[in-house]
Amino acid sequence: MKNNKKYWKGIEELTNDIEFVKNAEKEFPDFLPVSDKKGNKNEEGGNSRRDFLKLMGFGMAAVSLAACETPVKKAIPYLNKPENIDPSIPNIYASTYMKDGEYCSILVKTREGRPIKIEGNTMSNVTKGGTSARVQASLLGLYDLSREQFKEGFLKGGKSIDVEKADAEIKRALQGAQGTIYIVTPTIASPSTKQVVKEFAAKYPNTKHVTYDAVSSYGILKANEESFGVYALPTYDFSKAETFVSVNADFLGTWLSSIEYSRQYAKTRKVNDKKRTMSRHYHFESGMSLSGANADHRIQIKPSQEGLVIAALYNEVMGGKQAPTVEDAKLAAKIKQAGEELKANRGKSLLVCGSNDPSVQVLVNAINFELGNYDSTIDLTRPTYLKLGNDEEVNKMIDAIAGGRAGAVMFLDTNPVYDHPRGKDLAEGLKKVALSISFSNTIDETTTLCKYITPDHHYLESWNDAEARAGMYSLAQPTISPIFKTRQFQDSLLVWSDNNTTYYDYLRSYWKDNLYKGEAGGFENFWVQVLHDGVYEPQGWEATLPTTDEETAEEVPAAIEAGGGGVDIQGDAAKAISDIRSVYKPGGKMELALYQKVGIGSGAMANIPWLQELPDPITKATWDNYLCISISDAKSMEVKQGDIVKVTANGHTVEVPVLVQPGQARGTVSLALGYGRTKAGKVADGVGANAYPFAKKNGLATMYAAFDVAIKKTEKKDQIAQTQTHQTIMGRDIIREADLKTYKDEKVFAKAMEDKYAIMIHTNEGLKKPTEISLWNGHEEEYNRNHWWGMAIDMNSCIGCSACLIGCQTENNVPVVGKEEVINRREMHWIRIDRYYSSIIPKDEIEEAKTIDGYKEMENASEDPEVVFQPMMCQHCNNAPCETVCPVLATTHSSEGLNQMTYNRCIGTRYCANNCPYKVRRFNWFNYTNEGQFKDVNYMSFTDLGKMVLHPDVTVRSRGVMEKCSFCIQRIQQSKLTAKTEKRKIKDGEVKTACQQACPADAIVFGDMNDPDSEIVKVLGIEKEVKKVKDDTELSVVMKEPRAFHVLNEINVKPNVTYLTKIRNKKV
Amino acid sequence: MFSHYMKRLIKVKSLLAFTLVFLWAAPAMMAQEDSTAQAQAQSGGDSDVSVDHGKELFNANCLTCHNPTDVPKTGPGLKGVTDRRSESWIIAWIQNSQKLIQSGDKQAVALYEEYNKLAMPAYEDFTEYDIKSILAYIDAYEPVVVDDKGGDETTVDGTATAGGEYLNLLLGGMIVLLLLVLVVLIIITQLLTRFLKQDENLDEADKEVVNQRFDLGAVFQSKAFLTVVGVFFFLVVSKAGIDKVMNIGIQAGYAPTQPIAFSHKLHAGANEVDCGYCHTGVYKGKSANIPSANICMNCHNQIKRSSPEIQKIYAAIENDQPIEWVRVHNLPDLVYFNHAQHTVAGQLECQNCHGQIEEMEVVQQRAPLTMGWCIDCHRETVVQGAADESNEYYDRLRAAHAKDGLKAADIKVKDIGGLECSKCHY
Repeated sequence: MKNNKKYWKGIEELTNDIEFVKNAEKEFPDFLPVSDKKGNKNEEGGNSRRDFLKLMGFGMAAVSLAACETPVKKAIPYLNKPENIDPSIPNIYASTYMKDGEYCSILVKTREGRPIKIEGNTMSNVTKGGTSARVQASLLGLYDLSREQFKEGFLKGGKSIDVEKADAEIKRALQGAQGTIYIVTPTIASPSTKQVVKEFAAKYPNTKHVTYDAVSSYGILKANEESFGVYALPTYDFSKAETFVSVNADFLGTWLSSIEYSRQYAKTRKVNDKKRTMSRHYHFESGMSLSGANADHRIQIKPSQEGLVIAALYNEVMGGKQAPTVEDAKLAAKIKQAGEELKANRGKSLLVCGSNDPSVQVLVNAINFELGNYDSTIDLTRPTYLKLGNDEEVNKMIDAIAGGRAGAVMFLDTNPVYDHPRGKDLAEGLKKVALSISFSNTIDETTTLCKYITPDHHYLESWNDAEARAGMYSLAQPTISPIFKTRQFQDSLLVWSDNNTTYYDYLRSYWKDNLYKGEAGGFENFWVQVLHDGVYEPQGWEATLPTTDEETAEEVPAAIEAGGGGVDIQGDAAKAISDIRSVYKPGGKMELALYQKVGIGSGAMANIPWLQELPDPITKATWDNYLCISISDAKSMEVKQGDIVKVTANGHTVEVPVLVQPGQARGTVSLALGYGRTKAGKVADGVGANAYPFAKKNGLATMYAAFDVAIKKTEKKDQIAQTQTHQTIMGRDIIREADLKTYKDEKVFAKAMEDKYAIMIHTNEGLKKPTEISLWNGHEEEYNRNHWWGMAIDMNSCIGCSACLIGCQTENNVPVVGKEEVINRREMHWIRIDRYYSSIIPKDEIEEAKTIDGYKEMENASEDPEVVFQPMMCQHCNNAPCETVCPVLATTHSSEGLNQMTYNRCIGTRYCANNCPYKVRRFNWFNYTNEGQFKDVNYMSFTDLGKMVLHPDVTVRSRGVMEKCSFCIQRIQQSKLTAKTEKRKIKDGEVKTACQQACPADAIVFGDMNDPDSEIVKVLGIEKEVKKVKDDTELSVVMKEPRAFHVLNEINVKPNVTYLTKIRNKKV
Repeated sequence: MFSHYMKRLIKVKSLLAFTLVFLWAAPAMMAQEDSTAQAQAQSGGDSDVSVDHGKELFNANCLTCHNPTDVPKTGPGLKGVTDRRSESWIIAWIQNSQKLIQSGDKQAVALYEEYNKLAMPAYEDFTEYDIKSILAYIDAYEPVVVDDKGGDETTVDGTATAGGEYLNLLLGGMIVLLLLVLVVLIIITQLLTRFLKQDENLDEADKEVVNQRFDLGAVFQSKAFLTVVGVFFFLVVSKAGIDKVMNIGIQAGYAPTQPIAFSHKLHAGANEVDCGYCHTGVYKGKSANIPSANICMNCHNQIKRSSPEIQKIYAAIENDQPIEWVRVHNLPDLVYFNHAQHTVAGQLECQNCHGQIEEMEVVQQRAPLTMGWCIDCHRETVVQGAADESNEYYDRLRAAHAKDGLKAADIKVKDIGGLECSKCHY
């Protein structure tokens, strides 16, 4: 048992690649070239002797000048200080994030009137305080340099134009529009905005409002309309299910309301001594997604099998053989297994499918209905309004524009020229439209083709409201006054409709007329309360269920009302089956699946460098999209990682590098959407290739796959900037996992863990546990005085979504270093999500494996690996190896269990990083705040606009110093101060680290391990024992929780970060 | 025998040289002593009144309206009052000013008019002795002198002065003694020279010594002299250099001219406006806040509207241009300092770091704001919150220290982690 499961970080380690072996043991390579501004590598490392002398001379002069006179600094107070703003004291406002169908109720922390951090709003019953990487990073969009183009306000043909003049011209043009006026918006969840659009349509009767989602969910919407007469997304509750089957729906990463689902999912995955059960998750997909990586059973399929898998499940659940099924016997067996489990858990199961094919989704509805899930895990009586995009109408509109039949077109926050498969047609057509207006708050591909740009505020500057779910409202309020001369979209529409009210007044009166139900205290109090809470979720609510046909009555369909209790659903299953039969036929030799990455998503926020440098949770790649290909296909096609290939499908060709991806289905390749932007700004332009044109029209909806794709190797090469593949784990037990069966019995589990992971050390007193021998005295006595901060990370809850990473980056002013420096292993993230693949080698093969660590023979098994995520940051060791080697005491220990890093003492020897067993210390190789090569990617430290995002309580580090996770010491100190002044103890949960707060799955628990009532003490089962040793007493701390373990326990550095063993629930 | 005289002559000459050098250096040394013993406060004085008693009475009764200096408050500043008015008049005024005014005393009526007809309370129970004591205190009052380096106040008291005087006497005595020795030595030298000159049996070398003239040039050119001067020069320059380098960035004593001549002495001192009234953040957060113009306007839309300095504030408001004050206290970015931590949790007075701000006409940085200075304070300061048993935050700390035999009132900042890096650096 002990040795047959191997963990590996990437293909290199698995195959013992020569390059990898060479670099494996070096944390810092001997020589790394520094490229100059143009990216040319300078063999002399960029600086010549002359440069050195110049710099030295300048340095001397600067020092002596500086010494002569201290520069005079100005202190400029407010002229008229707003009553509620105190410099240095943060103000927090509730608001709402809504983009690309992702909704999040948020709290915006502002300092001196500028937003610096986004947190989840725990008062919302939809997102419940969770966030995602995209929500966290959206903050930086406010300070996006490309917005500087709106310094002059409105633009006409690229030149600035007076607002009044623009209004007059546009109004005149609208009145004289020949043909339809199209308003293209993303899904609008705001009821008041819908009203504004309606009012505009009333003023200009030939208006057509088209809802366009970059990545469409029309399949589900259309299917729901067919099955139940409701054109909306259902509300899923994963927490009520015991079995999930997902077919290509990355519900933890990018599919619909993933923040919400993550929390629900994690709830079913959490185990403790009182709850020794967990859900089982089947996942069918081509490329490896975040959700697939978390699944108990991950089954590889080709895109052309997607519909067939659902059809086969339909057969399985409904009984009978009317639907077509897959030919592959192995796959059929897995589908049978999943289907049986669904049936066994009627009412406690959930089937979700990421397909955008209405026929497939009709069958999904039928299966879920048959399983009785509509009154438990799926709720369509309270639908979700996050995506309402209508592919049919978008296509009609593009036809009209391309055919010159459109009178005017307006784009709000959409970029179809870039992200619609027919973007080229649209771009051509736009030239023929008399009046084209963009409301985009940044310049993008579509905006540049529009005649007028009347920029909208950024969402953090805007008033808005949202009804993410029927009857669950939230408000968005400005958290900063508009930075540029922009005007809110709704205000523009109101002006053009000759309505003189501002949108703010409009919004208030909308709420007063429609949502205020005479609550005590009057409307003003109600309004202030909702603004404060950010959400309004009244008990009684009335669903107004939308349909595409506005004539039909809006009432709850009988089938849903009955919750699947006997009433048949509508929807023609037979037609759906025949459609599937005709569409899902075996494709070409290779098939292409298009997917969204957790960071970049649809690509709308591609110009945010935090997201570009966010390592993809699975591939660990940054700053690029690439063609994921399976190990065996790579072998047969003789391509290696980094080889650039020509990918051709649907008449579109791109050149992208290859990334060999374990777990990729054979015969398939995956390519991420959202890259290849050309007009997004300096950060995103030219990064990767645009994959949207590969999507094709399938019936009425867009299909994000191509069944036949040609791949041709070129001579070119490109290095993909991956972050985790830099070192080797040398076969150590960094990860601990067990199956649920073992975990069910406490004693069996404890013994299994002991057998599998216990390491004994030979001493002159016999075998001893590593924790029993130590060179250090320990700090336990010292810690026992007041606080002892500790963190517990539940590897069962961690889904790898990386929201914590962006949260940390924002909170702690972590710089962005750019692709080149990531390749040079110089990324700066304080927290990383280590992703380990694992595969089981049959026992007899171990004996034959003659290579080091037994890796060689795993290659076959590695085609279908299991995945574990492990967030890794400074472990705040009690016996910290870094502290003992620092020659200048720049890293020291605090009496509260923290490993402190004092930047100003650090002289950059890097001994600490070399001696850190967890490799979590990051070194500032450059001054990321003033060196030209980082100007575009790390503009947060260069420009006045960018600097506004920096957290003023955290030092911006300079070149030559080491940095690492501080357990958000600034938050600890702030809470301590508040407690002291209020003369009370710190409440448990009062101090939340940025990573913990960002986590949608509650995987991270942080707290005072000296507080017996704290969550962390309960989670880890911490018990203190005072032992008598001779004349003295000795304090020992025991963790009773059998799942608790420290990474690299054998070196006994006693970390204050404790992990909880991953439990899998596989069906054997 | 003659060689014996010769040796004596040489010895005497060198003694002479030393005495000369010493005499040259002595005044400089004395000047230094003088400078350390600058301000001298006189205590005692008139035997039939008590300054201490006067101080006590003054602080209890008069300070609310009067300053012992010449700065007026509600009432006039009292410095030199005994020169302006007769003692009997003062006594009558203090015991019952209204009576004096009603009696038609010209001086009294004029004073009453000058200070907006604010009646001064009658202190009829003050005896003549009490009032004389108060007057003695006012006469003896010297403003508190603040040490430039420390920020903590040090009035140089009598004992220190006595020490200085003693040293001066000693030095003076020595100079006189040395002068005497010098005279004696010169006489001896001359006697010896004359005596030796009369002797014919001297060899050439001896003759040369005897006839040698005291050549100052040779002394200056001698290697020993040059070395001594060189070393001295080197040391002085190095010391100055090192001091200069060590003081880079230390701005203690920095008192820039501000765009508006705002006086803390008037506002915080004379008018006793609470610091937190203008510095709104000082009890709340990290930044104490420089008051915004609207806070000035709370009072100055009524008071002293015509003052040219106040006019500058009006101008700022009219032009919508915030006032650009010059920042006096500059902490480097690498340190996190929180005012509330010190003023509320630490219960420190503003003066602990800012010096006697209420005495400053122009704000001056008193503390060096170096890390050493911070740490010194953290080493010595008792944690007020821990001493306060009602503050539950410190429960665990009190218990932990009780085990070590440390009383709650003795817990210092250093005992609760006040010397750890991440308390201020993150």
